[in-house]
Amino acid sequence: MTSASLLVQILTGLAGASTLFLTGAGLSLIFGVTRVVNFAHGSLFMVGAYLGWTAGEWLRALLPGSAAGFWLATLLATLGVAALGALLETLILRRIYRAPELFQLLATFAVALVLRDGCLWLWGAEDLLGPRVPGLTGALSVLGVPFPRYDAALIVIGPAVLGLMHLLLTRTHFGVLIRAATQDREMVSALGVIESRLFTSVFAIGAGLAGLAGALQLPREPANLGLDLPAISDAFVVVVIGGLGSLPGAFLAALLISLVKAGCVALGTVELGGYSFAFPRLTLVAEFIVMAIVLVVRPYGLMGRPEGALRGPAASPIRPEPETPRSRALWGLAIAALALLPWIASASPYTTVALVDVFCFALFAMSLFFIMGPGGMHSFGHAAYFGLGAYGAAIVLKATGWSMMWGLLIGPLAGFVGALIFGWFSVRLSGVYLAMLTLAFGQIVWSIIYQWDAVTGGSNGLTGLWPAGWLSTRYPGVTPNAAYYLLTLACVGSAVLVLRRVLDAPFGLAVRAGRDSPLRAESIGINVHRIQWMAFCVAGTAAGLAGVLYAFSKGSIAPDLVHVGRSIDGLVMVLLGGVESLAGPLIGAAAFTLLQDSAGRSFDYWRAATGAAMLVVVLAFPQGLAGLARSIRGRAKA
Amino acid sequence: MKPSRMAHGFVLSVVVGLTASLAHAQAPIRIGEINSYKAQAAFLDPYHKGMELALEEINTAGGIGGRRLEVITRDDGASPGDAVRAAEELLAREGVQILAGGFLSHIGLALGDFARQKKVFFLASEPLTDKLVWENGNRYTFRLRPSTYMQVSMIVPEAARLKKKRWALVYPNYEYGQSAAATFKSLLKQAQPEVEFVAEQATPLGKVEAGAVVQALADARPDAIFNVLFGTDLARLVREGTTRELFKDRPVVSLLTGEPEYLDPLRDEAPTGWIVTGYPWYAIDTPAHKAFVAAYQKKFNDYPRLGSIVGYSTIKAIAAGVRAAGSTDTERLITAFRGLAFDTPFGRAEFRRSDHQSTMGAFVGRTAVEGGRGVMKDFTYLDGARFQPADEAVRRMRPAEAQQ
Repeated sequence: MTSASLLVQILTGLAGASTLFLTGAGLSLIFGVTRVVNFAHGSLFMVGAYLGWTAGEWLRALLPGSAAGFWLATLLATLGVAALGALLETLILRRIYRAPELFQLLATFAVALVLRDGCLWLWGAEDLLGPRVPGLTGALSVLGVPFPRYDAALIVIGPAVLGLMHLLLTRTHFGVLIRAATQDREMVSALGVIESRLFTSVFAIGAGLAGLAGALQLPREPANLGLDLPAISDAFVVVVIGGLGSLPGAFLAALLISLVKAGCVALGTVELGGYSFAFPRLTLVAEFIVMAIVLVVRPYGLMGRPEGALRGPAASPIRPEPETPRSRALWGLAIAALALLPWIASASPYTTVALVDVFCFALFAMSLFFIMGPGGMHSFGHAAYFGLGAYGAAIVLKATGWSMMWGLLIGPLAGFVGALIFGWFSVRLSGVYLAMLTLAFGQIVWSIIYQWDAVTGGSNGLTGLWPAGWLSTRYPGVTPNAAYYLLTLACVGSAVLVLRRVLDAPFGLAVRAGRDSPLRAESIGINVHRIQWMAFCVAGTAAGLAGVLYAFSKGSIAPDLVHVGRSIDGLVMVLLGGVESLAGPLIGAAAFTLLQDSAGRSFDYWRAATGAAMLVVVLAFPQGLAGLARSIRGRAKA
Repeated sequence: MKPSRMAHGFVLSVVVGLTASLAHAQAPIRIGEINSYKAQAAFLDPYHKGMELALEEINTAGGIGGRRLEVITRDDGASPGDAVRAAEELLAREGVQILAGGFLSHIGLALGDFARQKKVFFLASEPLTDKLVWENGNRYTFRLRPSTYMQVSMIVPEAARLKKKRWALVYPNYEYGQSAAATFKSLLKQAQPEVEFVAEQATPLGKVEAGAVVQALADARPDAIFNVLFGTDLARLVREGTTRELFKDRPVVSLLTGEPEYLDPLRDEAPTGWIVTGYPWYAIDTPAHKAFVAAYQKKFNDYPRLGSIVGYSTIKAIAAGVRAAGSTDTERLITAFRGLAFDTPFGRAEFRRSDHQSTMGAFVGRTAVEGGRGVMKDFTYLDGARFQPADEAVRRMRPAEAQQ
């Protein structure tokens, strides 16, 4: 590589950094003020690209060959997405600011589902490549190496937006309010600022920035339906590495990630001491590796500060209802009914097939709830333990030929070991930083599984994992998978009961103490970090068991088990059920799995249907489904 | 998905056409079809239309042995676990006798393994991975579309004819890209022993850092480039590569680029002179294909994509197999499909006895821009039967139980 091409690689990295920064900046602003983890931010980015394309096509017909057409279209896309953001805030989010922490994530996840199908419906499935920008079509010559003019323009646009945002935040009254709300939003509203108006405008500006970023991507890549997920993950990474609420930090983070990626690509395959290593393959997770390292070294990101005071009930007061003879009888009755199902439902064999999935996800959600609810630690990478359990058991059993029953030990063990390692790092952090570190670990595990062909089967995964012998035998008078169903029920049922028992035990009380008041917990002699670490391990073990049961019910596994999508599904199940009661994750898992299953069969646009149903739940029952059940019960008592 | 759309469509056509008086008398033949419809809509929308067309043709002609053919589709949400659950549901609730579908390789493998476990016939329509019929092959699984190996071996002779020494490779970082690159390297080395591979870029699927990748490829100063990127990655590569003059005086050999699904979005910026595999629907003048295009355009008022061909041929192949077997019994289907000849719009093909791979071929040609859109020129249809490893080599790769 010559020095000229090195320079061009760095410039390319800078152009990439501008895009990343624009994507992240809006998210940072929204989170800072409203504390909403806006999962739909990537979807707003995608809508920006599509709107930019449509506006560009119109304007190109009106003003052929003029650069003004492109910039005007970009402006229109920005304004359009800003309006959409304002709409989302007033119609949906405003109604649930008082809901438990992270509940807004559920709403924005549902919005993302609706927007994805909405784009497919409006713009069709084919990729839409925008035209090049008149005046910026060719390349500059940098020491004889061509460098796209548009990239040069992007290098200017990123810092320009950063500068404008800085002026807005420091030199205007509105900016003062935003900064004040970022630091202490209760105080701002106590001082007479109309919170709703502030929130709406901040949401609109944040959404507009996402739309701008999306529209500006058009000359580099087509508007397509796969833009949303990468954009949201990029945005989160940038915001967290930079430090929440710090725009210069986000810019620095974008720069760091882009340069690391460009560096990996430029290095190519390197021979070192007889080993050859293909650095370009690292670009799959470069940003997550950077994030993990930064967060381990600097728990609040590059330029972030400890999170501002959140008054009021920071976490919801989860006090598991004490067991009563009545509740014990109810649980027993439910389990007995489920155990008899293979006989009852022998005429509709799919029932027990679908329920095996429900049970596996119920245990997965329960294990996530264990650290999220009582522990107050939001894991965004929980699929790592689910996947480690599945892969750990599958790999060992394939190598040894042992029976599947050993998998029931190996899987949880693999989940435990994963949690032991990742938990140790994670519990040193808190809030969103902790969540993002777990996400980074999750994605690192995913990328290893995805690329380690010799052991994990790479992207194709592993097949031939069917349980043998009595577990796969068909018995007369029951559904075909009755044996496996009962095994799953037994495993999941006992694991859930154990988790429930643990939460009632002194250990569970200590976990809750660590969440509600770390300082007081320390002062009465609880080692909060160690307790939280142990909670991680318990959750990882349970998730590992869920993973094995899932793997052997499907006969094959692939890296999607570990992917962030699965972790988000877990979060959605927990939040949908409600984080305030033990039955929440179980109900949430059942509702989400069965909703997807039936929506998939009944609707053409099944993702939008799923999203819409979830929005109804979110708006009607902000305490989750279990909260709904409880309030009905409460009303009945009253 | 509208799961029952096709069944309704069929009932309508029966009522209107009044052709299949027998059809009501006997139970229909039910195919359960599973695919990533919403996740891969650009390919699978036309695919779905292709299936509808084939179904209509078969059923208005009286079905198969008087039984009408029904397809019940399910969306797997791009997850193998959900695909397997959908397969269970189709077998248990819908009573399907045959499974078909699959776009993504890992889902194809998962469904293939499911078919083996449950002893159900499965025709994988689209997944490209070689493992599906070789290392992971089984008795119950057949595959329609030309595999990765076949597509690469179709294009390698063209690459060797360029007589370029230094090659750079760029491919998506997952099984399809990796095995395409590995096959390309080994086959080209056989054809042209002095060849050198000077750079390799494995890029994340759907997230290629095109600028950096193009720059790194240019830095290696290759004489020619082999590309496996497709979809949005391809669009990014083409834009950056054109601006950064990567393709100037450098021939490019590229898989799948000539498929309308990937070529059309590039509009007038489609690359010119690339050697590609693809589907030039506008210029194929065999009677079978012309009839197909006419029927397709009449029914949907849209032109066919490669997905349409795959969907259409999947149903036609199944119909031919059921007809030959005279039943939907799995064992009889397997016997019938081994060596079964069936018609596709590309011409006659058959399922090889040795590995259950169909011999359906592909078109290889050069890209050009005409009338503001990318097209394939100077193309030839390569029969898939000629681009397979020897039977003996296949036998060594396939598990013994798959060959019974």
